Amino acid sequence: MYIFDTLMNRIRRGCQTMAYPKGPAPALPDRHGGALRLDASACPAECDACAEVCPTGAISREPGSSTTLDLGRCLFCGACTRACPHGAVTRTNDHRLAVRRRDDLILGKPGEEELRLAQALDKKMKSLFGRSLRLRQVSAGGCNACEADINVLGTIGWDLGRFGIQYVASPRHADGVLITGPVTRGMELALQKTWEAVPEPRIAIALGACAISGGPFVGHPQHNGGADPIVPIDLYIPGCPPHPLTILDGFLRLLGRLEERKG
Amino acid sequence: MNTLAPFFSFANASRVSWASVPVFSVTKLVRVTGELIRGGARLVAWFGVPDHDETTLVAVLAMDDDSILGVARSEPVSGSYPSLTPKYPQAHLFEREVWEQHGLVPDGHPWLKPVRHADGNAPANAPFFRVDGGEVHEVAVGPVHAGVIEPGHFRFQCAGEEVMHLEIALGYQHRGVEEALAGGPHRGTACQMEAVAGDTTIAHATAHAMVMEALAGVEAPLRAQWLRSVALELERLANHTGDMGALALDVAFLPTSAACGKIRGDFLNLTALLCGNRFGRGLIRPGGCVHDLEPERLATMAERLKTHMADVEQAMAWFWDAASVRVRFRNVGVVHPPQAVAIGLVGPAARACGLVRDVRFDHPAGWHRFSQAPVAVWPSGDIFARARVRSLEVQRSGRYLFEQLAEPVDGNLRAELPPPHPEALAVALVEGWRGEVCHVALTGHDGRFRRYKIKDPSFHNWSGLALALRGTAVSDFPICNKSFNLSYCGFDL
Repeated sequence: MYIFDTLMNRIRRGCQTMAYPKGPAPALPDRHGGALRLDASACPAECDACAEVCPTGAISREPGSSTTLDLGRCLFCGACTRACPHGAVTRTNDHRLAVRRRDDLILGKPGEEELRLAQALDKKMKSLFGRSLRLRQVSAGGCNACEADINVLGTIGWDLGRFGIQYVASPRHADGVLITGPVTRGMELALQKTWEAVPEPRIAIALGACAISGGPFVGHPQHNGGADPIVPIDLYIPGCPPHPLTILDGFLRLLGRLEERKG
Repeated sequence: MNTLAPFFSFANASRVSWASVPVFSVTKLVRVTGELIRGGARLVAWFGVPDHDETTLVAVLAMDDDSILGVARSEPVSGSYPSLTPKYPQAHLFEREVWEQHGLVPDGHPWLKPVRHADGNAPANAPFFRVDGGEVHEVAVGPVHAGVIEPGHFRFQCAGEEVMHLEIALGYQHRGVEEALAGGPHRGTACQMEAVAGDTTIAHATAHAMVMEALAGVEAPLRAQWLRSVALELERLANHTGDMGALALDVAFLPTSAACGKIRGDFLNLTALLCGNRFGRGLIRPGGCVHDLEPERLATMAERLKTHMADVEQAMAWFWDAASVRVRFRNVGVVHPPQAVAIGLVGPAARACGLVRDVRFDHPAGWHRFSQAPVAVWPSGDIFARARVRSLEVQRSGRYLFEQLAEPVDGNLRAELPPPHPEALAVALVEGWRGEVCHVALTGHDGRFRRYKIKDPSFHNWSGLALALRGTAVSDFPICNKSFNLSYCGFDL
């Protein structure tokens, strides 16, 4: 291979990093659907068509109360939107899904038809991590889909480095952990040790349905059903797996980088 | 002619009534299985079925040259049985697994220890094989590795830089996939099958769907079979492209690594174009497919595929043109062909040892009965060969996709499945991008799963990685590992 050819090819290909977040966000695939919205007031008294098809029991309806949808358990398979005859569960096509509190993922109560998007870190933490965040990723039973789309953010198309965010090899070099998987029994100790090795102040992010609730494997006794309470979680990014755009949005939202740009 | 006699022979993705599966005494089952393996058969699955307080052993063999599978079972046994492993190493993990799951001891197994389950709070607590000597040192790595990858523990016995022995301890990812399937299928089963190994969503979902269809006695419509074959090649393209990039990165050849990282995402986005999810979640269900590839969508896909194929071929050409890359891969991490046969390697790792072994070709089911891509083979068994097979497969998968997209198949997308046949066994093999994915289902008298066995290709191939490291410098572990790129969760289940 000649160096000249490489350089020419490199120049021909140009810059391949997307304009987002300065420019518009790339469109989600049309069949992706993005976040879900639940208008429980549209549910007739006896209908639980959505709950019957939900693979993880993310949708539930206690007798006498309204339907709830837990996006932390949701695999975004769309079965509920296809099953609902009343248009109560709908897709918003919004890629933004990250929240700060577990409860913010639960939809259904009046005024809580949609999830409550993550607020930025407080001023002190933001001043520490806002321009430089090093994350140690721990896969604790993840199926490698979340891990793959975490890796994708490091490629030239997304270029996570331009935001000062980087995945590091040692917890000693990290400002926080990024957890995938339901935290299997075999990984509990390793996760605890990794978390303890990260110097304070530190943050923890639970990424994907498994790390939030157990995901497709919800209820199995072989795992902990998510990273909480082994590690206190600062940011939840739902999805199975979340789209890279959703992950990036979550990171930037936590660091207050999106509001800054708007302001 | 049944070359697998006295086993009951059948074809991939078909159903056998449990009553017609021949029953042998356990010693005879072991003896006959051994003889057939010596005669060229390959152990596809070896598992136990609980029977009251005892266990029935089931053996599934493949005679690749004749495109047939064979099955036999033992009388219910408890205690122990004579091990296959000393003569036929490809049985070693299967026998350890049976011991772990059912307590049946394979007498004479040379290295009987758990496969997945924790002893205390970490699977790696079991004793490791140790080499003693003044110059020998041990290197322990994992479960948490330096990159964004799944957990596993590697224990190297080294003399200086040279690795004498590598032992791989997995099980950290065990999420109870098989245990949860007993009494199934359940409402969440199809979604769980898609997450057995996230990067192999299509292959596992297809295998599960084929097992369910065989049990029901109804094939998916041809259009759905065609669509599955398209999705399977897209999955292969994305993963192989990612692997080529990762190999380039590990030898510090950045142009290809940067380009392939991006192009891999482009291929994933083609799957997302089809079903909304980059990994193909929600596309395949027993009975057919959920999403269609309408003419307009198909045209978009074909157009984008053309660009991405040109990009990836360019990126791979840079890679193969560079002498600095080739020299790092030649004669490193060698698995010799006889070793590959003995341990039962599958997929690109086997084809890189010159074995013509590809389910799409050997045991065609679904759309592969009508349309195939040539099998890509390279003889040298080293990292060079594994990279070479991948890049050949990228080209051939691309060509296969162009052919398929040029001639879409008409028809329905989904068939209604009647309930599964009771007391029946179905086996489905699918050539995933890592190799042979195998799902075996056995139904009880109520038509529910009495036993469901999943085998990811990694179950065979981790032993290949361990062998490849012998005599290799420990610093070459990363490129050896990338050249196999095996699944942890697919193994751990």
